[in-house]
Amino acid sequence: MTVPLDPQVVADQLRAAVPGSVQHVDEWALIVDPSQLVEVVRFLMGSGLDLSFLASLTAVDRESHFELVYHLQSLDRNHLLTLKTIANDHDTPCVPSLTGEYRGAHLQEREVFDLMGIRFEGHPDLRRMFLWDGFPGYPLRKDFLGMPGTLNAGLPGFPHESGENRWPVPGSSPVIPQS
Amino acid sequence: MAIETPKRVHSEPVVVNIGPQHPSTHGVFRLKATLDGEIIQDVDMLIGYLHRSMEKLAEERTFTQNIPFTDRIDYLAAMSNNLSYCLAVEKLAGIEVPPRGQWLRVLFAELQRIASHAMANGTFVNDCGAWQTPLMYMFREREKILDLFEMTCGARLTTNYMRIGGVAFDPPPELWPALYNLLDEMPERLEEYAALTVDNEIVLARSKGVGVISAEAAVNASLSGPLLRGSGVPWDLRKADPYCVYDQLDFDIPVGRDGDCYDRFRVRLEEVHQSVRILNQVVERIPGGPWQAEVPLHLRPAVGEAYARIESPRGELGFYVVSDGGPTPWRFHCRAPSLINLSALKEMTVGRSLADAIVTLGSIDIVVGEIDR
Repeated sequence: MTVPLDPQVVADQLRAAVPGSVQHVDEWALIVDPSQLVEVVRFLMGSGLDLSFLASLTAVDRESHFELVYHLQSLDRNHLLTLKTIANDHDTPCVPSLTGEYRGAHLQEREVFDLMGIRFEGHPDLRRMFLWDGFPGYPLRKDFLGMPGTLNAGLPGFPHESGENRWPVPGSSPVIPQS
Repeated sequence: MAIETPKRVHSEPVVVNIGPQHPSTHGVFRLKATLDGEIIQDVDMLIGYLHRSMEKLAEERTFTQNIPFTDRIDYLAAMSNNLSYCLAVEKLAGIEVPPRGQWLRVLFAELQRIASHAMANGTFVNDCGAWQTPLMYMFREREKILDLFEMTCGARLTTNYMRIGGVAFDPPPELWPALYNLLDEMPERLEEYAALTVDNEIVLARSKGVGVISAEAAVNASLSGPLLRGSGVPWDLRKADPYCVYDQLDFDIPVGRDGDCYDRFRVRLEEVHQSVRILNQVVERIPGGPWQAEVPLHLRPAVGEAYARIESPRGELGFYVVSDGGPTPWRFHCRAPSLINLSALKEMTVGRSLADAIVTLGSIDIVVGEIDR
């Protein structure tokens, strides 16, 4: 059974090994300073933690900033750490690339660059991957475009749900499902 | 005076474009190879022809409405995709699946693995040059499995069978005799496949020592599934991080030795044996009872995030779902094994001939719907 590593325990080790790198610890993840990301990852790979497998790399648009999420796995010791870093500049976000450490970061960073518009400093071949050169904007950003008829991404609520969050159905009376 | 001839003649590099519509690319996938004579100097892939922006679309739909999208990500293993996504949402919302639901999930995930590996092995042998006959043999069993899917949920390819909290339907009574028949004849059929392909001279000549990747390089390149196991790393999430009821089942992890195309092919062939072994245990031990948990109609998981992964036929298939407490996911990310397994394509193909690249690509077993999403 893969054990999720306690971010607090890893943070304590990191504070000693890479001073000033830990920004925040919450119940899911360890958040580190982007400028020291590469040192942190080198420590996590090399130390007894042996996090040598980059299971997943992705980014989340939090509207004010971007959150880069790395799931690091140890195959020998069978534990998993969720590592995060924050790109604060929402217009031109930039974080260091992990391609020097993990070959597997290559395509995943290109995907994040393509869809989320985050630059990875040091990536040897940062090009758009799914979309063509010259595609306007980055579709996975929350401010890209809403679906037709809605101004913002997401649904305000469920149809036929009581309360203030009710999804308005313009020009029709709601049909109450018979149960 | 003797004339010295150079050992190897170099030519002007030639760029050869394979695809997007090419039988060996298994979908709309374009490979740009720079050749020196017949030897590959550089290889670049140009993808995105099938990009449907699933991750953006999913942000506009409720958690349950997103399940059909996962079918279309990897259309050869729809059940596995359904399962991984449902596990992620269940982890996020803290939903417990009743025992029969768990066992039914394992049943259909393993049937899906056999069907997917039949496709993978059939097309791989096809790429090697053993044209069409083994593929047609393997499709015979795949058809029967798709019939079982059709009996259960009405669809053969994009099943949309799993639900958050369990599965959609209990299989009809006529599924069980058909499944017993299939499991009875599988050992014989697998021997037939092995006789056709394992010592097949065409397959051996074309795939032994081709597309080699070492265990260290495979781990560093985040390869997973049969690629990682073909390189000798015994990493299978069904054992390493058991989900559903895999911890109660008895099966082995087949591992390769050389990390070449032939080993990956053998790992897949052996995995079908193991899946049959699992299915025999499932039909014996499956409990009765409800198959779906009570899930609120208006599902609003609490603020948080979850990463759930399964061992899909192609490798580690993960879904990373973030909720902001609303009816739709704030972020929906699919860790697609087909895409990430291509990370090492350059290492496997550069320095070898173009014909070997076709076999290597076949052994990676890509599904373009999953690469592009």
